[in-house]
Amino acid sequence: MRLVDFPREDLAAKFSDALTALNGNVVLAPDLDAAQAHLRTMLAGKRVVASRAPILGGIGEEYSREACAAADIGVTSADFALADTGTLVFLTESRESRLISLLPPRHIAVIERDRILTSLDELLSRVPHPGVQSSAMVLITGPSRTADIEMRLVRGVHGPGEITVIIVGS
Amino acid sequence: MKSAPPQKIQQTLADPKLQKAIYSATGRLAGNRRKTIAADVLPDYQELRQHAHDLKKHTLDHLDAYLEEFERNVAARGGKVIWASTGAEACAFIGNLARERGVKLVVKSKSMTSEEIHLNEHLEKDGIDAVETDLGEYIIQLAGEKPYHIIAPALHKTREQVAEVLHAEADSTPEDLTAIARVALREKFLAAGIGITGANFLVADSGAIVLVENEGNARLSSSAPAIHIAVAGIEKLIPRAQDLAVFLKLLGRSATGQPLSVYTSFLAGPRRAGEPDGPEEFYVVLLDNGRTKILADPGKRQSLYCIRCGACLNHCPVYRKIGGYSYPWVYSGPIGKILTPQFMGREQDPWLPFASSLCGACGEVCPVKIEIPKILLELRQEIVEKSGDRRERMAFRMFAWIMRHPHIYAQFRWVRKLRKLPAAGPLKAWLSQRDLPDLPKKSFREQWRERGRA
Repeated sequence: MRLVDFPREDLAAKFSDALTALNGNVVLAPDLDAAQAHLRTMLAGKRVVASRAPILGGIGEEYSREACAAADIGVTSADFALADTGTLVFLTESRESRLISLLPPRHIAVIERDRILTSLDELLSRVPHPGVQSSAMVLITGPSRTADIEMRLVRGVHGPGEITVIIVGS
Repeated sequence: MKSAPPQKIQQTLADPKLQKAIYSATGRLAGNRRKTIAADVLPDYQELRQHAHDLKKHTLDHLDAYLEEFERNVAARGGKVIWASTGAEACAFIGNLARERGVKLVVKSKSMTSEEIHLNEHLEKDGIDAVETDLGEYIIQLAGEKPYHIIAPALHKTREQVAEVLHAEADSTPEDLTAIARVALREKFLAAGIGITGANFLVADSGAIVLVENEGNARLSSSAPAIHIAVAGIEKLIPRAQDLAVFLKLLGRSATGQPLSVYTSFLAGPRRAGEPDGPEEFYVVLLDNGRTKILADPGKRQSLYCIRCGACLNHCPVYRKIGGYSYPWVYSGPIGKILTPQFMGREQDPWLPFASSLCGACGEVCPVKIEIPKILLELRQEIVEKSGDRRERMAFRMFAWIMRHPHIYAQFRWVRKLRKLPAAGPLKAWLSQRDLPDLPKKSFREQWRERGRA
């Protein structure tokens, strides 16, 4: 186990660089109000399925399989983020479903800045037994992709082709 | 030694389009890997490799204890472990479960283990429709073919060929074709009663399986249907969830040159109370199918450390020429060359460990440091000792005797005068693929004498 050594205040910037390099989008919001306002503009006119995580303020339809399959955008919180790889971490303990971040073609996640960890190593030292907390821990690093046809990179094959992370408090 | 079935090899060598496809795909994968393990981005790469090797060694040396711990913990999380000593047993369990639950449609995410046991054919015989959902696997399933490469199953197909298989317009782009597959498979995910996946890792201390992928089809297969079955070889165990910090860093980089693959799912049992979704039933089929036989051989046990990244294929000068279909079994490339004889018996395709230049690239790039060249040599030795050609053995014995007797060796000066070896008899096949360098004007002995040192 090796903890990456860079200053805590750079974590949001580091995360943003890593996810942007994978064609993901990052929005920095100074506070929760600004984040939710931004979210509402992004969702305007779209069919939205969203988790009931308090940080989202009760937007969109509640989880159901049908809603996930029909939605344009799935909105979730996230338990952690990993700065060095641009990864989001989900434990279903936080009542996040598996399918909201998977079935719709776009995924937006809202996360507080202090939930950004340095790396996989720090995650596994903080959560050494993910199976105790939840039946599934899912790590998402950028949009769904494939290169199965002539090695050409195509995004959004089964999971979302677009991913946006709103970081609150930055 | 009996030579390779020449037909597939000749076909592959004679097909310039295919040659280019193999060469560029493996070259790109190898290049991506190099960028993500470079010293400036991953300074402790060699330490990680050694650590991964040591972890695998430790786990396999104590596999009995870890298997029991794994089973206990899967049960504690509400899942169930099924022990299958053969592929047929594994397939029978899955077929029976599908019948009992009235399931007619199964979605599958890419798994080399299920290829190994011919799961799809078995399910079809039971009247169950098993649909591959990894894009590459979906294409080759529709084409009625086998995976060409451990991580790039449809590497050999051009976009035009894919369009034909998907009944799409001939000038479709990879984006169009991917979109067609997405729509078709989406329906399957939502309708299937069982999702079958492999497992990249089995985590003993958590009773969990870990799936690593880029597309999202493994997440869908393990989350959308009411039943999730993971089929995995017993060698996939690692002791602790924390060990993933080592393995995940190596797997993505070695396979596709990604610091972390897009989706990593750590799955411990079925959905729990309060969780909105996930399967209601969770099974792990632990497959032996010859693995304990390899485990019993301390010298070659390390063949089981393999994490199926495909790096050895991408760096192999032989694989890059003869492609994935020239190998007799589901595992191709250098790792296939050591696994196939050990699983299927050395007598089945005795040429296989000999189809190597022993350049050592496979061992060099292996993220868990399997000494593939060394194992190839051991297999060669075993094969020759058991059933080697008598004439060949005699020839080598004579050669050794001559080399040990300088005066007799000197009598063979005339061989140099031939300039070209006669392409006849046993030399003919050997020379057909090799260019010998021109011999120097004077032999070493002559030069030595001339310089006055004799």
